[in-house]
Amino acid sequence: MKYGILDDLIAFLTFGSIFEKRTTNEYLTCMEQIIFYALAFVAIAFSALTVGSRNAMYSVLYLIVTFFAMAGFYLLLSAEFVAIVHIIVYAGAIMVLFLFTVMMLNLNAPLLLPRALLVRLLAVIAGGSFALVLIAALGKAAHFAPVALGASQAVGTVNVLGKMLFNEFLLPFELTSVLFIATMVGVVVLTKKEE
Amino acid sequence: MENMTETIRLVPLEHYIILSLIIFSIGAMGVLLRRNMIVVFMSIELMLNAVNLLAVAFSSFRGDAAGQVFVFFVMVVAAAEVALGLAIMMMIFRNIRSIDINQLNQLKW
Repeated sequence: MKYGILDDLIAFLTFGSIFEKRTTNEYLTCMEQIIFYALAFVAIAFSALTVGSRNAMYSVLYLIVTFFAMAGFYLLLSAEFVAIVHIIVYAGAIMVLFLFTVMMLNLNAPLLLPRALLVRLLAVIAGGSFALVLIAALGKAAHFAPVALGASQAVGTVNVLGKMLFNEFLLPFELTSVLFIATMVGVVVLTKKEE
Repeated sequence: MENMTETIRLVPLEHYIILSLIIFSIGAMGVLLRRNMIVVFMSIELMLNAVNLLAVAFSSFRGDAAGQVFVFFVMVVAAAEVALGLAIMMMIFRNIRSIDINQLNQLKW
């Protein structure tokens, strides 16, 4: 079997060869593929912009676009509940916190000097080789066929997830509320001005 | 909902894995690259998101909902982490008027 990770990587980088399709019918049959690769391009480009942007404000806005692309992936994987929660929690709550902090700190450019060129180069090399090692390790992973599910056994619905959350994962669910109370108290104590 | 298996057949699991590996590495790169504490935090959020995407992909391909419940918990912890981290950041900014991580290499300000 000549099926290696290199083939997968090439297929990913060439967008699953969707550009080789010619007729409209062929395009319609691979609609999910087109959406996946378009979203993948958006997600990778905007996460790179988030990291590379000089202005923290722009970083926040680029990160919001990345989060919406992520929600698109969740919908594509038919995990509707996770997609909705992701939009509400990340784009709605976490990014608003980030935006407020960036605006409150009101940082001007000369306050933050960029790192030395050598350090930046080393960081990019380290990140790139990290990705290479992970993708190479993926080549040793076992392949499994996707489990085909009927319409009645959908996994990502609120019904299934709610039952799971309140039966098997009840204790962790309750513990998260303790975590949130600790966080709330901690934030109030930390940000209170001392007399 | 019947489209689900079709979708899964069209985009292989390996492509989801490669995508989340790339986004995770971009996040790791950002942590190493940037000095602005807020952007370092955002890079950590990117890494958490890459892991979430991987968990949802595995969960959908295996037909097991536990992965998506895990994603839910990761989101909860990420929200708590961001709230506390930004509060600490505000406190640091109040004290040293900067959020450059290179200026925080000493415990005594």
